[in-house]
Amino acid sequence: MSEPFTLIEGDAVHELSATLSGDSVRLEPAALEGSLGWTLKPEGLCRGDACVPVRDRAALLKDGLVDLAGLAEALGQPLALDLGERAAALGTPAEVRAAALDRGEAPDFTLPDLEGRMHSLSEHRGKKVLLIAYASW
Amino acid sequence: MYEELGDLGFVPFTVALDRCADDPRPFIEGAGATHPSVIDSDHVVAELYHIVNVPTILWIDERGRICRPHDVQFGTDTFTAFHGKSSAPYLEMIRAWVRSGEGAMSDDEVRAHRIAPSEASQRARTERALAWHLSKRGLDAAAARHFDRAGELAPKDWTIRRGSMPIRGENPFGPEFFKLAEEGVAVYPMDDVTPTRES
Repeated sequence: MSEPFTLIEGDAVHELSATLSGDSVRLEPAALEGSLGWTLKPEGLCRGDACVPVRDRAALLKDGLVDLAGLAEALGQPLALDLGERAAALGTPAEVRAAALDRGEAPDFTLPDLEGRMHSLSEHRGKKVLLIAYASW
Repeated sequence: MYEELGDLGFVPFTVALDRCADDPRPFIEGAGATHPSVIDSDHVVAELYHIVNVPTILWIDERGRICRPHDVQFGTDTFTAFHGKSSAPYLEMIRAWVRSGEGAMSDDEVRAHRIAPSEASQRARTERALAWHLSKRGLDAAAARHFDRAGELAPKDWTIRRGSMPIRGENPFGPEFFKLAEEGVAVYPMDDVTPTRES
């Protein structure tokens, strides 16, 4: 039976339907394509022009549905899952973050200030920037 | 410092790893901040830069490259008695960097003085992302499970463990914090490089 399910990746929150069986979550291939953008093709999982070869297709595709844990495994992404609340988050592999930092460029981001105005780090190119992460705690 | 050095092509960019704008509002309004001061409740910057404690400071040069990596340093001496670091030597280093470029490191030096994200730390951040989402939906019991899991995966990352205390109704300056402090905090390699005492 298909149930509502929330899938988070980065700042995107996708509301879709999924089939929960035991401790596994399975998605219709169309729901996967409509949310995360991945399509299962003969050459592997593809998003836009980029494809990831799939080593264990049986772990990924079960009864015509895409297994979420199998998907995370195939993409090398960490998966956090709450079956009770029907929600999951897909994270970024450590090597992707490490490679970005290894390139030496300060990763860009855009975030709101107190009034909701958006600010990007890259707006300050040409200046020396002191990036300060702090908190009230 | 921005008032002092702003004309020299310098800008502080502060990022509050807080649950909402109201938490850091007194700091930002109290300081009369005119530089960019953003709120990062989703920990976008914490993840992109692999930040594990606050305050974490990085230097970024005119070309947009990190030229001095993660360093826990303080702009004031409010908590010097607790952490043992004086603010003056570091503030002096910033002035020298802005005026002459002194203190900037090469790409190789920067790489050699940072901690890399690990499989466990990325799993922790993913659990934290799910916990934060559940918390925003009022699903506190489920959120607690995933904050706990994140803390187990990255026990010395205070952006995760101490940072989730206010969300969980715990006092980040209370008994739970001192228990966490006893377990220790992740330390950046720059701790051995930057002078933290007035000479």
